[in-house]
Amino acid sequence: MTVELGHIALIVALCLACIQAVVPMVGSFSGYTHWMRVGHSMAVGQFVFVALSFACLTAAFIQDDFSVAYVANNSNTLLPLQFKISAVWGAHEGSLLLWALILSGWSTAVALCSGKLPLILSARVLSVLGAISVGFALFLLLTSNPFDRILPIPPLEGGDLNPLLQDFGLIVHPPMLYMGYVGFSVPFAFAIAALIGGQFDSAWARWSRPWINVAWVFLTIGISLGSWWAYYELGWGGWWFWDPVENASFMPWLAGTALMHSIAATEKRGVFRSWTLLLAILTFSLSLLGTFLVRSGILTSVHAFASDPERGIFILIFLGIVVGGSLLLFALRGPTMRSATTYSGWSRETMLLINNVFLVSSMAMILIGTLYPLLADVLDMGKISVGPPYFNIFFVPLMSGLMICLGFAGFTRWKNTEGRALLHKGVIPSIVSLVMAFALPMFMVDKLSWSNYSLTAVATLLLVLWVVTMSLEDLWLKSRGKLSSLRGLSGSYWGMLVAHMGLAVCALGVGLSTAYDAQKDLRMVPGDKTELGGYQFQFVGVERVEGPNFIAYRGNVEVKSGGELIVRLSPEKRNYTSGGQVMTEADIDGQLHRDLYVSLGEPLGNQAWAIRFQVKPFVRCIWLGGLLIGLGGLLAALDKRYRRRRLRKGADESSGGLVFE
Amino acid sequence: MNNLRKQRLQVVLLIIVAGALASGLIIYILGQNVNYFYTPSQIARGEAPEGVFLRAGGMVVEGSLVRDMDSLALEFKVTDGTSVLVVQHTGILPDLFGEGEAAIAAGKVDQNLVLQATEVLAKHDENYMPPEVAESMSEAYLDKRKTAAGTQ
Repeated sequence: MTVELGHIALIVALCLACIQAVVPMVGSFSGYTHWMRVGHSMAVGQFVFVALSFACLTAAFIQDDFSVAYVANNSNTLLPLQFKISAVWGAHEGSLLLWALILSGWSTAVALCSGKLPLILSARVLSVLGAISVGFALFLLLTSNPFDRILPIPPLEGGDLNPLLQDFGLIVHPPMLYMGYVGFSVPFAFAIAALIGGQFDSAWARWSRPWINVAWVFLTIGISLGSWWAYYELGWGGWWFWDPVENASFMPWLAGTALMHSIAATEKRGVFRSWTLLLAILTFSLSLLGTFLVRSGILTSVHAFASDPERGIFILIFLGIVVGGSLLLFALRGPTMRSATTYSGWSRETMLLINNVFLVSSMAMILIGTLYPLLADVLDMGKISVGPPYFNIFFVPLMSGLMICLGFAGFTRWKNTEGRALLHKGVIPSIVSLVMAFALPMFMVDKLSWSNYSLTAVATLLLVLWVVTMSLEDLWLKSRGKLSSLRGLSGSYWGMLVAHMGLAVCALGVGLSTAYDAQKDLRMVPGDKTELGGYQFQFVGVERVEGPNFIAYRGNVEVKSGGELIVRLSPEKRNYTSGGQVMTEADIDGQLHRDLYVSLGEPLGNQAWAIRFQVKPFVRCIWLGGLLIGLGGLLAALDKRYRRRRLRKGADESSGGLVFE
Repeated sequence: MNNLRKQRLQVVLLIIVAGALASGLIIYILGQNVNYFYTPSQIARGEAPEGVFLRAGGMVVEGSLVRDMDSLALEFKVTDGTSVLVVQHTGILPDLFGEGEAAIAAGKVDQNLVLQATEVLAKHDENYMPPEVAESMSEAYLDKRKTAAGTQ
């Protein structure tokens, strides 16, 4: 019964979403205030019903109801409870339901927090969000219904959740990522509402900014978690593969980062208006594209995608309506949105423009590299794959350029900044970072020689130290060297500082772990020793252990440094009983300055095993940096002035009517 | 020209120049880094360029995996049902590598038409066959497998 209840709840949610999409929009044109208010209650109601539907599906998983096809395919009785719950979003149908749930959650948040917005605007925003909900609910019900039954004879035991997904990282990663993806539907809805109303002033930018920040924080954390998961769970020590699935989440992040920066200029100075609108549309379109790329199976095979024409065609139509419709609206209304003011020289506007050029071109080249193989396949140009070198060749210089400019972030002024003053500020930091960047790599290795003096490390340190010293100098000047005046600096400023430092920390991890990474694949019999990166590894042996739903071979490796035992690592080779899948579970000894990473390969007979040993200096900084970037976004979102100004602006508008330009 | 127009012209020019430069570069570098997929038959016919990084794959031939006793060097054969390709590799094979299963190897073909692989990939879960492999399998081979499955 619960399953039918979930199904019906989803249908009810679809009906509410239809009302939410149509009534407030009609009301906003004909001026019926009570029609405009309908969207708010519909959003809340829709959230309740989607949540009910989601709860029903979760219940089906917990009760091992294998008469539901989706449950039977992705869960079994042996699965531990927490993985039964996370299996709800482990595959296509359930993850779309999670998407719909989060979307209705964001809509509800907009409905509840929109008291200060002009009614006409919030009605249109909710209407756009409702229309997106309709699309997703229809997609779920028509093509990917998670509540489909296997009747009349349901299987006694389910398949298995892919063992790679049976992990804490995968419990948290998709919801975080989706909070980010879907969160960008709010600025998108704001943009569409602004385009419909032909009204796009600084107030618009101020209202959508906190929403963008929060969505962006979730996306940042989601991507960091995903990379961290790939690192420890895939078992071989890679943390970014330029895989289409990763690119799918990274592209909205790049566009969203550009949006965050350009909307700052729009809010403060009224410039880049149409560009900011376009970015809001682009970011959400990329989020949609990302969801479908990952979940529709198009990446596994273009032909599998085409062989399920219902889903494929629905996706294309949906994307077409969202992207095409919003771009059409933009083309019709965009040109009327003129920038109110001018700027010149090395002003903050110019720097933000440069930032956007770097970020958007990175995004564009990733998009091309990701879609090209699909396009080639459709056009019968042969089976191809685009290698990581393509992405690295573009991404590394673009990000380096971004970081050089980023150093000046704090010093620039709105309207106009004198180039000479900026250069003057850069003198001390550039001397400090030059000296330290060339000196530090000498201490990173045991015996210095020309061959192990790493130029990658020099370049990395140069960029990282440049960003850090410039940021600190700015902080010093802004606080005039007094601790007490630090408290006077705004949340936005701290957010910027922390996020920029986070980027530097992340870059440090990427650069140094690439420069000093040491790796060996060896055939080892118990007792064998090897030396790597200043550590001695000894393979002691392998024992058999049993887990809840797997049987494993557990290796025992002792790691010594200078004759002293540092740690025993126990990498595992797991054999999952239900699906018969084999999985490598690496063991990692992690510290801020280095990770020791051992993974067990295959048994080679005569007690010999293939083992991979890795020493990865500073690799942890990558995710630490990611978290700092997210924290920066959070600090900026919590800035007091949003609340204060929104209050004041709200008061203005309710008394003085709408501001048209 | 007033200030605003001048500014806008600068921006537009900047975008056009940057866009042209970028697309030229992207097309060039994409061309350099695209790896084509070849079937064992294509390689046997000598269609694959020698010494160029490429991918090839098929079903791993039963009993073809041979390991060196002192190192991680190994050799196995893949087939598309028509021809057989010898793959040599040094390293650890992926978890889901198995004889009679699909695998893709990336590397360069040498003058003896042996693929010197730097990387071996297998499917990600038990039901998935890489699309390249699935499509390259000759119909004869698939029929054989079907009848084999039927008689079991």
